[in-house]
Amino acid sequence: MSHLKQILEKGEFAVTAECGPPKGADSEIVLRKGDLLRDKVDAVNVTDNQTAIVRMSSLAACTLLRGAGLDPVLQMVVRDRNRIALQSDILGASALGIGNLLCLSGDHQSFGNQPQTVGVFDLDSIQLLQTVKAMRDEGTILGGDRLSARPDLFIGAAANPFADPLEFRVTRLAKKIRAGADFIQTQCIYNLDRFKTWISTAVDRGLPEKVYILGGVTPLKSPGMARYMKNRVSGMDIPDEIVKRMEGVPKEKQREEGIRICVETILRLKEMPGVSGVHIMAIEWEEAVGEIVERAGLLPRPGF
Amino acid sequence: MITAEQKPIDEIREMIGPFKRILVLGCASCVAECAAGGEKETAMLGSALRMAAKMEKKEVVIEEKTLDRQCVNEFIVLLDDTIDQYDAVLSLGCGAGVQAVADMFPETPVIPALNTEFLGETKAQGLWMENCLGCGDCMLYYFGGVCPLARCSKQLFNGPCGGSVDGRCEINPEMDCAWQLIIDRLSRFNALDRLEDIYPPKDWSRKQGSGPRKIVREDQQR
Ligand code: SF4
Ligand code: SF4
Repeated sequence: MSHLKQILEKGEFAVTAECGPPKGADSEIVLRKGDLLRDKVDAVNVTDNQTAIVRMSSLAACTLLRGAGLDPVLQMVVRDRNRIALQSDILGASALGIGNLLCLSGDHQSFGNQPQTVGVFDLDSIQLLQTVKAMRDEGTILGGDRLSARPDLFIGAAANPFADPLEFRVTRLAKKIRAGADFIQTQCIYNLDRFKTWISTAVDRGLPEKVYILGGVTPLKSPGMARYMKNRVSGMDIPDEIVKRMEGVPKEKQREEGIRICVETILRLKEMPGVSGVHIMAIEWEEAVGEIVERAGLLPRPGF
Repeated sequence: MITAEQKPIDEIREMIGPFKRILVLGCASCVAECAAGGEKETAMLGSALRMAAKMEKKEVVIEEKTLDRQCVNEFIVLLDDTIDQYDAVLSLGCGAGVQAVADMFPETPVIPALNTEFLGETKAQGLWMENCLGCGDCMLYYFGGVCPLARCSKQLFNGPCGGSVDGRCEINPEMDCAWQLIIDRLSRFNALDRLEDIYPPKDWSRKQGSGPRKIVREDQQR
């Protein structure tokens, strides 16, 4: 069912991109973003009320993309649903033909536009991974009840090589693999040195033999965006030289510089042992993805 | 202990507005320790309310009393002889104290003067920290004595999340990341391997799954 899985199993360098659903009920926006990404990437992640801002549900947007012939990755956070709702949506996603699921904790509700809500956090992301795996491989839900049919899902998790404590980051990656992750998508990579340290520790522990790791990248639009992410987004590591590069070009060349940094990063990742692909998160800039993929020499994508 | 803070005075005045004879009732236990509802705070609130009533030329009787514990019947019965003199009680007990007084005197309105907050620790003078959610199944052993439910903003059992930086929580850099504390403490005791295991989903029925909880101890009953 999962195209992404086939690509990775064939040993191809995989390309995924992110698509944020609209803050409204307009299916055309989802389909337009799908058109921008079609044939440029192998699978499209659909965010789940990212930064705790209310948007069209990931499940609905994934279904629209699936209908348009793309391979969606359903992102699912544990912030908004308890274990009843999570398991029920997992079954629903598989029934609707969605083949990939990314298990996340989710951005805290205090960051979004509903700061007065209650965060659910009944399960954490690792427990969610374990739950999905048991549903798929054992045909059981939490508590042991049997399913009438198992969901068919390629299971993903996130990893942030740039958060602390550094020594524990690889332990946690190993934990996610044990819990059931088939693939990993990382936080945006700007600090390639630190990423290299992380991935080589993972390689030493033999982890890339058990999981496909896709390095995350985000093209910067402006020096302001670089500074904001550096200073305000926790767990984001942007070296000064990247900020300086963005500051060093005239305004009309900034987006081009952002794309150039992104392409250079992908080229480095392609050569790195342990890296199986890239995940491009062009935030509200899906138009940039095609160009990035092309300039990184990753076109044409292998078909379905 | 249970921590609380006093409600804004305007909110309190609005709630007691209809009453003419009010008993302002403090509690000398937890809420005294957190300087919200002890004898001193009760006296201060009583005189502030009297002053405000006087300014508005309102005829009200406001008197104070502080019980050793407002959530235990043995102490609440001490009000038996005097309760009829009042048409309302303004309680500076925690939420449990307010309800215990109301249970004992069903005819008398009991109004909360505090916002009850959490099970906490007095960290320093004037600083209280939440560190237990009363989950009914204490996991502190596994987590080196740091509660991931009360102290991690995302209640992670298998943390830390990707936002932990320099020992600070991503929600608020003023806050310690509970998971950094857990890892530090477990490594001090050479017990970091405890975190290699995946901690299973929590049994929340011990906290809220079967409605309001109660503890029945026959050995304590007479
Ligand atoms: S594990 Fe439960 S009982 Fe123990 S400190 Fe945390 S909330 Fe309290
Ligand atoms: S930064 Fe630490 S305390 Fe804050 S949510 Fe993440 S793991 Fe929990």
